[in-house]
Formats: sequence, C-alpha cells, structure tokens
Amino acid sequence: MSAWREPPRLYVPAPRLDPGTIVAAALLVLLALVPVYAALTGNVYALTLFTRVLILALAAVSLNLIMGYGGMVSFGHAAYLGIGGYAVGILWKEGIGSGFVQWPVAIGASALFALAIGALSLRTRGVYFLMITLAFAQMIYYVAIGLERYGGDDGLTIRQRSQFGGLIDLNNRTLFYYVCFALLAGSIYLISRLVNSRFGLVIQGSRSNERRMRAIGFPTFRYKLACFVIAGALCGLSGALLANHTNFISPATMFWTRSGDFMVMVVLGGLGTAFGPLIGTVTFLLLEEALSRVTEYSGLIIGPLLLLVAIFLHGGIESLFAGWRQEKVPERAP
Amino acid sequence: MLYFIEQCLNGVQLGMLLFLLAAGLTLIFGIMDLVNLAHGSLYMLGAYFAATFAAATDSFVIGAVLAFLATFAAGIVLEIIAIRPLYGRNHLDHVLGTFGLLIFFNDLVRRIWGPAGMSLPLPSAMLNAVQILPGVYYPVYRLVIIVVTLAVATLLYVVVMWTRLGMLIRAGASNREMVGALGVNIKLLYTLVFGFGAALAGLAGLMQAPILTVQIGMGENILILAFVVIIIGGIGSIRGAFAASIIVGLIDTIGRAFLPDVLRAVLSTNAAITLAPALSSMSIYMLMAGILVFRPEGLFPAASK
Repeated sequence: MSAWREPPRLYVPAPRLDPGTIVAAALLVLLALVPVYAALTGNVYALTLFTRVLILALAAVSLNLIMGYGGMVSFGHAAYLGIGGYAVGILWKEGIGSGFVQWPVAIGASALFALAIGALSLRTRGVYFLMITLAFAQMIYYVAIGLERYGGDDGLTIRQRSQFGGLIDLNNRTLFYYVCFALLAGSIYLISRLVNSRFGLVIQGSRSNERRMRAIGFPTFRYKLACFVIAGALCGLSGALLANHTNFISPATMFWTRSGDFMVMVVLGGLGTAFGPLIGTVTFLLLEEALSRVTEYSGLIIGPLLLLVAIFLHGGIESLFAGWRQEKVPERAP
Repeated sequence: MLYFIEQCLNGVQLGMLLFLLAAGLTLIFGIMDLVNLAHGSLYMLGAYFAATFAAATDSFVIGAVLAFLATFAAGIVLEIIAIRPLYGRNHLDHVLGTFGLLIFFNDLVRRIWGPAGMSLPLPSAMLNAVQILPGVYYPVYRLVIIVVTLAVATLLYVVVMWTRLGMLIRAGASNREMVGALGVNIKLLYTLVFGFGAALAGLAGLMQAPILTVQIGMGENILILAFVVIIIGGIGSIRGAFAASIIVGLIDTIGRAFLPDVLRAVLSTNAAITLAPALSSMSIYMLMAGILVFRPEGLFPAASK
C-alpha cells in the first residue's frame, strides 16, 4: 500500500496479474453475463437482484474512495443515496420526468450536501468524524420523514422511470442492467485513475500522515473536502439509479443502519482496493439472499460473521485472493 | 406558561434518558477506546427483560430490578465473548464488529420474543399525576424517571470521583498500560465497566418501556441521539454528557412543542405546518453543527489523554 512513499508518477501503473486482479476480472465478466443467463433461463429475479447489487456496489465504491483511500470513516453515506433518490422522486412528482434533469440534480444535490457536512465534519477526525457524519445523515432522514407532500414516513412511489428522450429506455430491464453496469465499471476505472493521480496521492498521503502533508505545503482540508464531495456525488448517482430500480423512495433508504451496511460491504471486500467494494457488495448481498431462503433469522448468522471478520480478517476478502495482508488503515485517536 | 413548564419537564425527562445511554457510551469510549454500536441493543434488551420479568412476577418494580441485573449480566457475557478481542483495534473494526452484534441482537430478540412488540403496564400508583406547582399536574412515572436518573448520576459521580474503583477507572482511562503494570486486573476492570455501561443502557430501556412500546430496533434511533449528546458534551466526559443530555432533551422537546406556533406567527399556516416537523427535528443537529464550529472538542472536553 503506502503509495505516498513512491514518487508521484504520471503514468498509470500496469495492472499486476495477481490473483486479486484475476478474481476481479472474472467477477466483472460474470456480472456482464447475468442478463444472458436471465434471458436463457427466464429467471427475471436474478436480473433484478443483480441490478440491485450493481447499484449498491456503486455506493460502496464511492464510500471506499473516502474511507479506504482517504481514511475518512464516514458513517453517513446512506444520506446521499436518499438525496439522489428523492431528487428523482420529487422532480417526477413535480412533473419533470427527464433523466437529463433528474440525474444531474441528484448528483448536484448530493454533492452540495456533502460539501456542507464535509466542511463541518472534516474539522474533526477519528470517532468524532464518524459520529458527526452519522448524526447529519440521520438529520436528513428526519427531514425526509417531515416531507408530507412526498409521502413522509411512507415514502413516494415513482410511477415513471427517468426519461432519456427515447435514447435509452430504462423500462427495458436488460438495458437498465447494462446502464448500471457501465456506470459502475466506469466509476471503478475513474476512481482507480483518481487515486493514482497527484490529487489521489495527496489524499492517500493525508490518510497516512496528515501533519506531514500539511508541513510540505498541501492544504489537506481542501483536498479531503473535494474528495468527500466527489464520493457524495457518486453515491447520489447510485441513489438516482436505486429510485429508478425500485420505483420507490422512502426515508428508510437512508436510515443509519444502511450506512452501516455500506461500511460492511467495503470492509468485507477490502478497504482501499479497486475491486474490494464490488466483491464485498456481491458477497454481502448474496449471503443475505441465500440465508434468507434458509432461515427467517439470517441476522443470527450474519451478525456473528461480521464480528469474526472484524476480529480475524483484516484486509477483507480481497486480501485472501491477493495473497498479501493489507496494512491496517492508520487512524489517529481524536 | 403551564404548558411550557410541562414541556420543560418532558424535555428534562428525555434528557435523563439520553444521559443514561450517553454515560455508558462515553464511559466505554473513554476508558476502553471502544465505539459500541450495540449499545442500543442493550437498551432494547433492558426493555424486553423488564416486560418479561414484570409479566412473570406480576410486579413492575421487581421486574425492573431483575431486568437491570439481567442487562448487567448480558453486558458481562457480551464483553467476555465478543468485545474483548476488539480492544486495541482500530475504530473501523469496532464499527464492523458491533454492527454485527446489532444485527445479531435484532434477530435474536425476534426469535425469542417474536416480531410483535410488547407492552409494559405501569402499576396503578404510578399512573396518576401529581400537582407539582399550583395548576401544574405531572405524571408520577415521569417524575420517577427523573429522580431515579438523578440518583444514578450522583452515584456515578461519587463512584468515579471518590472511590478506589473510580480511581482505577480514571487511571485506566489515562494510561491503561501503566495501570496494568501496577498489578491491577485491567481485564476485570474493563469487563465491569462494560457491564455497568450495559446496565445503564438497560435501565434507560426499561424505564422508557412503559411510555413507548417495546419493539425491535427501538434502540437504533435513540442511539444516534446519544451520539449527538456525546459530541456536544465532549467524548469521554460524564459531566459533558450530563449537561448535553439536558440541553438536547430540552431543545428537542420544546422545539417540537412550540416551533409550529412560532412559525405560524411568521409564515402562513400551510408553510408552518410543512416546515415545523422538519425544522424541529433538525434543531439539535443544528446545535451540534454550531458547537462543532465554535468548540470542536465539545462543551466539556474530557481531560486530555
């Protein structure tokens, strides 16, 4: 890890062909083939389930940018998911069905919220940061409950998916799946470029030793805030996709335990790795799905499993494939 | 005016409840450096225990005492089995592990007590209201909550400041290695502190049980409020937790009670009705943001470690 020790480089390092990369590539291929499988077997449910996996993976990928690379352990990520979703829902309700308006608004609103709470919470670090992001996200949750016009506690049913002027028809399940797939793959690629850029190295440097980064002249607060806003915007996009997928948005989308799920997905897969969040999301959601078929009380198994992962599996699943144990993300006491 | 006094008392009562939760959280964080998301689960357990024991023994008081002891025991067992390996790890591991415990407890409670909630009826003596000021009647039970919590807070203060155990706890918070090196059984100390924190959460849960219904996930909302209290008061500071609990309790309750009227005076009725619920639920978070800007370490930061 510790990319900050290396000199900044302007080229993108060639991906190493370690087991981790192979597993990630295989996973991407398999995910790309899900609609083919669904078409062959007529299993529509698989397509729905995996669309959900892709959308939530996008949120996990965005969380990984700040948590894994930036060391900013944000516990309020579900808020952006809700904001993105409500942007789509509210605009639809007010008669604006065009995705060309809805999606940018979803991204912009999430980015704005991230800017506001980031500017406040990035003044703190460690556990303070964690609790403050958690509290602000919960605030938005209560605001959504107060939105009587848009369903309040019961949520809002969105009767029409975003319209893209006949270019893309999101009602076509397969097409929607590939839209999600492309956005997810694109985000993973962009983030892997971003974290290896000068900007990303400053972010990673601040994670390792913020005081030293400041001493050599980087205004780390601005860098971290920018990173925080990018992650929020990306998660807002995920929220817009989710609202389109379920045709529904409710405050429950951003209840704080959802933020916890995202953290689990990222840590489970492998913090600060390009494909870790995707692996973690696939594992977590499929495990949940499989267990819910066997038992009504899946939490009795998932809960202790997470505890065991926290105790024994430091680098997440990615590290098992990659064959090296990952360095612990250094975190300073507040 | 009378309504205002009543709402203030309600605010204090909510604050007391928050203090019980926040004190446990901040104690566990201050001494063991552990972020415990499962704290709300212990609150829930306390309520379920109380409802069960009260129904079995046909006495609210005996049920409450048994539930308090049972939550203490549950806390001890939980610490030994699940929490101990997490000490000294980074906070992300704490979050992951205790989030797992939260998921576990929700389904465990559903398995044992079923998905429907429970209720804990009050003894008839506590159902009445008493006249506390001329013209102001207030439910006895809510006064009981305030008195019990004040007693617990005093006890907590005495134990932490004036006893040998409290001295060890404070010493453990500032330098655990040194306390261990001096021959104190730091493991036992940690277990006791965790158990005590759990019991405080359980006490909050069982006292709240008659007012709200006992249901799964009841600890999840209030846990966040307890976090807000800790942030405002200063992490690790019991004094801060006490002051911040009352502030948060008052602002939240009074905001909900009076903001609609205040807004109606300024805005149109429709706008007021739309805005008031959202604004009043935001008020304590706004306070938290304000504190963060001016005093990032909280109102009463704990002595520097």
